[in-house]
Amino acid sequence: MATHSSLRRTALAVAALAAIAYPLVTGSSGSFLTIVWAKALPVLGIILLLQAGQVSFGHAMFFAVGAYTIGFIGRAMAGGDLALLLPAAALASLLAGLVIGVFVVRYRYIFFGMLNLAFSMVLFSMLDKFIHITGGSDGLRIARPAVLGAAMERSDYETVLYYVSLAILALALYGGARFLDSPLGHALKAIKSNETRVEYLGISARLVLLVAYVASAVLAGVGGALVGAVQGIATPDYAYWVRSGEFVFVAILGGTGHVAGALAGAFVYEFIRSAAAAYVGDTWQMTLGIVLLAVILFAPRGIVGMAAELWGRITSASARHGAASPEAAPDAASARDARPLRIVGGGR
Amino acid sequence: MNALISVRDIAIRFGGVVAADGVSLDVFAGDHLAIIGPNGAGKTTFLNICTGYLKPQRGTVQFKGRDILGSSPRAITRLGIARAFQIPQLFLEQTVRENMLIAAASAARRFAPFARLADIPERGDVESLLALVDCADVADRKAGELPEGKRKLVDIALALALKPEVLLMDEPTSGVASSEKFAIMDTLVAALKERAVTAVFVEHDMEMVSRYANRVAVWSAGTISRQGPPAEILNDPEVVRTVIGG
Repeated sequence: MATHSSLRRTALAVAALAAIAYPLVTGSSGSFLTIVWAKALPVLGIILLLQAGQVSFGHAMFFAVGAYTIGFIGRAMAGGDLALLLPAAALASLLAGLVIGVFVVRYRYIFFGMLNLAFSMVLFSMLDKFIHITGGSDGLRIARPAVLGAAMERSDYETVLYYVSLAILALALYGGARFLDSPLGHALKAIKSNETRVEYLGISARLVLLVAYVASAVLAGVGGALVGAVQGIATPDYAYWVRSGEFVFVAILGGTGHVAGALAGAFVYEFIRSAAAAYVGDTWQMTLGIVLLAVILFAPRGIVGMAAELWGRITSASARHGAASPEAAPDAASARDARPLRIVGGGR
Repeated sequence: MNALISVRDIAIRFGGVVAADGVSLDVFAGDHLAIIGPNGAGKTTFLNICTGYLKPQRGTVQFKGRDILGSSPRAITRLGIARAFQIPQLFLEQTVRENMLIAAASAARRFAPFARLADIPERGDVESLLALVDCADVADRKAGELPEGKRKLVDIALALALKPEVLLMDEPTSGVASSEKFAIMDTLVAALKERAVTAVFVEHDMEMVSRYANRVAVWSAGTISRQGPPAEILNDPEVVRTVIGG
């Protein structure tokens, strides 16, 4: 009988192979999946903060910082190079995360959320009003950059963006999972349970939250840079509060208890949005609202939480079935090992 | 003999309630000091002041000759004063083992962002501590699922995982089954002695005080009215009348 972990590894390998093979099989990467990979990054950042029980309603500001950074550098360097632009976006969002984070990690819950919102709206206004620098509401055009010195045609460039986004997301999900399993990640989750005790263990809750905040800012910044590169433009809407709300929405949709929730949420969200926009026109927001209501009411741990629960039921049912037959008795130990997917944190 | 913790002339009041008014008390290395007194006398306030949670309106608090008044609980913990709480303060959504490992990682300052918590070198110490407080069997359960008595013991183990010089405990075995508390305290006190941990505990159970304290301070009406060996203090008629009852 295959063990739970080997089944999970197999499922992950199949999913990774499918993602890698998609452009090769279809002959086109399109932009849908690239946008999914890119948007999953800020959602992962939101999930990190949610481990400490903190919700940011302003992370679109870092999304915009990333997009405008590659826009400004690209404008100054005749497009620039993707190998330079993405690290620059990460660095800019890291610095912005550090400066704003030092201030906001002093606050909790609604104050934390609202302060982030306030900072993001300040940035939105600046991007909108400083027309001669930012292009105002028309936005800043992001020229197609070179890739490692090579100028590319549109289709090749899109394929590169697809794989770069996929690789960055894979790295971020792996790093995020490792981080949450580290002493620092566990201390982050402990803040949600009992911040007083965290301090009484000699740990600075603010510092732990700041580390997570800066990491989430970098994730949002790189995500913004990738979306900007795909769309070829950065607009003030990148920093708008609706965008920040969207990241929180997607995190809840995917499930906040596990890093995989970022990917699952981003995929389902973009799929519903595209399908609803195609088939029910201007009411796509209503469709998304209904989906979110259904998730909160019937699957409060999100898509990943629901999948883990289903998987747990299936494996425990098969374990019971196996234990009932005498010839399966030697496998009883492996049946006990078939536990549900391990979920990091509380998930609600 | 130099005191580890030296409290001088502290005063603190909450509105009209005087919790401390000119209290001075020394805690010496190796002490197992019990603080007794009527409910609401200010005993827990003393622990709150020593750990930086409250700042008195007057007085000084020193740890090994260093002024710690105004320092944060985090800074004081780092200096070597750990605390166990009357109402256990645990991370309820995490397992008992994870609770303990976080404390052990903090004590060893292991905060590499991508190292696994479960793999820290101190995990052996964590298992020993859990066995010490009779909680090894619940190590994989979430702290929020434990009965109150077990939570209390994990709370003490959490403080011990910090490898403190001084452990402050607030009614360490309240909530623990009476059939178990002496056995657990025997083991705990032996472990404190083995690790050379000085202990201060607020206590209402006089049998616990007579068994495990080498000194007793009586906190009454915002002052230390008496202090000395348990045999002397617990037989003092005034203490019997005002604190013990009888």
